[in-house]
Amino acid sequence: MDVLTANNIVKKFSSHLALDDVSVSVPQGSVFGLLGPNGAGKTTLIRIINQITAPDSGIVYLNGEKLSEKHISQIGYLPEERGLYKKMAVGEQALYLCQLKGMSKTDALKGLKQWFQKFEIESWWGKKVEELSKGMQQKVQFIITVLHKPQLLIFDEPFSGFDPINANMLKNEILELRNNGATIIFSTHNMSSVEEICDHIALINKSKKILDGSVNVIRKEYASDIYEISYDGFFNTLEPTLMSDYKILEVTNHQQGGTIKLEMLNKEISSNELLNKMMQFGTINSFQKHLPSMNDIFIKVIGDTNSVTE
Amino acid sequence: MSKIGLIIKREYITRVKKKSFIIMTILGPLLFAGVVVAMILMMKMDDDEFKKIAVIDETGLFNDNVLLNTEYIEFDFVSTEYFDPVAVKYDLTRAKKEFNGSDYYALLYIPHTAANTVKGQVQLISHKQTNLGLKMYITNSIEKRLKDVKLDLKAQDLGISDKDVQDILVAVNTNINVVTTVIDGEEERETSTQITMIIGYVCGLLIYMFVFMYGNLVMQGVIEEKSNRIIEVIVSSVKPFQLMMGKILGIALVGITQFMLWVILTFAFITIAQTALLDETDVAKLTQTMDVSGQLDVDSQLSDDNAVKFEEIFRSLSSINIPLILGLFLFYFIGGYLLYAALFAAIGSAVDNEADTQQFMLPISAPLMLGLIVMFYAINNPSGSLAYWFSIIPFTSPIVMLVRIPFGVPVVEVITSVVLLILTFILMTWVAAKIYRVGILMYGKKVTYKELWKWFRYKN
Repeated sequence: MDVLTANNIVKKFSSHLALDDVSVSVPQGSVFGLLGPNGAGKTTLIRIINQITAPDSGIVYLNGEKLSEKHISQIGYLPEERGLYKKMAVGEQALYLCQLKGMSKTDALKGLKQWFQKFEIESWWGKKVEELSKGMQQKVQFIITVLHKPQLLIFDEPFSGFDPINANMLKNEILELRNNGATIIFSTHNMSSVEEICDHIALINKSKKILDGSVNVIRKEYASDIYEISYDGFFNTLEPTLMSDYKILEVTNHQQGGTIKLEMLNKEISSNELLNKMMQFGTINSFQKHLPSMNDIFIKVIGDTNSVTE
Repeated sequence: MSKIGLIIKREYITRVKKKSFIIMTILGPLLFAGVVVAMILMMKMDDDEFKKIAVIDETGLFNDNVLLNTEYIEFDFVSTEYFDPVAVKYDLTRAKKEFNGSDYYALLYIPHTAANTVKGQVQLISHKQTNLGLKMYITNSIEKRLKDVKLDLKAQDLGISDKDVQDILVAVNTNINVVTTVIDGEEERETSTQITMIIGYVCGLLIYMFVFMYGNLVMQGVIEEKSNRIIEVIVSSVKPFQLMMGKILGIALVGITQFMLWVILTFAFITIAQTALLDETDVAKLTQTMDVSGQLDVDSQLSDDNAVKFEEIFRSLSSINIPLILGLFLFYFIGGYLLYAALFAAIGSAVDNEADTQQFMLPISAPLMLGLIVMFYAINNPSGSLAYWFSIIPFTSPIVMLVRIPFGVPVVEVITSVVLLILTFILMTWVAAKIYRVGILMYGKKVTYKELWKWFRYKN
């Protein structure tokens, strides 16, 4: 079941095409990574989902219903360009922004107190925002984003500006929200965080979606035939045997064995056959097909599409 | 509460709670009341004390019966003391020197030239600045005496008896007051140019100031939200139009609050100052000195018709349709602000900081300045075609129309002007909203009018 479906979205700004027939589906309960280089159209797509701008053509569905004003309260959005009124008190401001999302004052007040307790920041309530550090402000913004318990949460570059401790805390909070049933869209170009927390991704480049699907599937798809094997035995006798069908990429030897990283050149040979061969020369300690990192995939796919279009 | 209501509430409360608002609200009336109090104080400053004035009279025409002593003023004729028989003249230098050490309040010197010239010079020498009341009292007394003397001399020359002179004076006593009246169908109203001029000026200037001050607040508010980067958080919850209108209306309420507080506080401060500074005898005394100078003028040809003027003002005040003026003032006050506030909001949305606003201010300041200039002109010629057109055109009508209203404007013209203002306000808000919704999410772009036009044409 998909929480959010965007079909054939097109958005044009005068001469510049920001989104060209982009479709994405965000499965219920997933952490969905919206990836792409700067200027690819991620923020435009997010703004369309938030009804800040409307698409020129294409439809967005939330829970199968066409997106409308009533859905505003079901979405929580933490933009990349985020800020607060500097001269306004923290608590008063949080209350105001939550009420704008459609919460009643009493609900908002109750929820805010709980979150402030959880983050141990009750003493900030009466302080002016300008007295807080940037990291502290981010915490307040996070609370405001999630307080109305939206079923869909959208974070645009959430970790920018956070120190590693707070970034880790934020990551755990996001995963906890996911575990409690929320669906999360997560726009970033920080690929290590994608591997850690995203289940699904869509990759947008130059206004077009060029890749999407589950993270595990994509990584397998992009896996080239590279294996990492560590063994105890005699490499000298192993090497000539492998010469014809394999390309040895990396070898580390120690006294009685080592690790070897090799790429299969002959696609006909299965991994079992390779394992069989290897077993004759020594003891296999580990045998692993190497999966590419999201970063590698990101660079490869974008590099490929750019060279095609150029 | 609706979302727009929440926005209005925030805009209102954060601004009204600001120190600068509170200071401005109290300081304005204090300053104004201060001026009024200073005037009162100046008027009564010397009146408290008993003043003895030494008089050196070279003409020999003045005595106790001409320069009348009052409760607070006593004239002491010291002419003989300073007559120098050797030089056969009055020694003013010595008089001045001795006056310095004396307890006289002032030294009045009437040279003999005063009696036989049209514009005579009389000197009043004192240690402190003399107040206006005393100066007027002396001027009136001397003028009257000299006129009488000249009249007597001329009458003797011509061989006319005193009785005939009196008869002639009574016969020629004329006092003309031009009462302007406007006939409007069945209705006949008296008008007063002076009072209408004042009302027109004050209304026009107030609206001009209000539009600029509070329009600027709207613009600053928009820039603040943009540079704070809070804008995207808010527009994910409310429509940009709601945010813009909430801000404009919230600030309008702040302006109305401040205006009302100014009026109330100014009256309060003046009343307090009056009761604190003037007791009843003071008030009685002030009116008395006025009366004395008034009485002196009764048979003077050069009538200083203060009393007549006051009467005229009150008469014409009642002739002006106050509820109409007040109602229209409020309408143009709010209508003018709303029309320009939307434009201010659009400009605020187009720039990243306040320094960049200058290039877009011309379309706002030019019509407002023009309105002000035409307003000054319209006071002299309220029915001229320039005044007519500028009171119909919505960009200037809030300033110009109110100057014309007290002179009487046909109902059709007023309605045309009002309807046009409403329509233009709606149109401007629509245009501004289209620019605003794009502008608030644009950063780091050098914006030109061409760019604004492009934004205006974006869909949704």
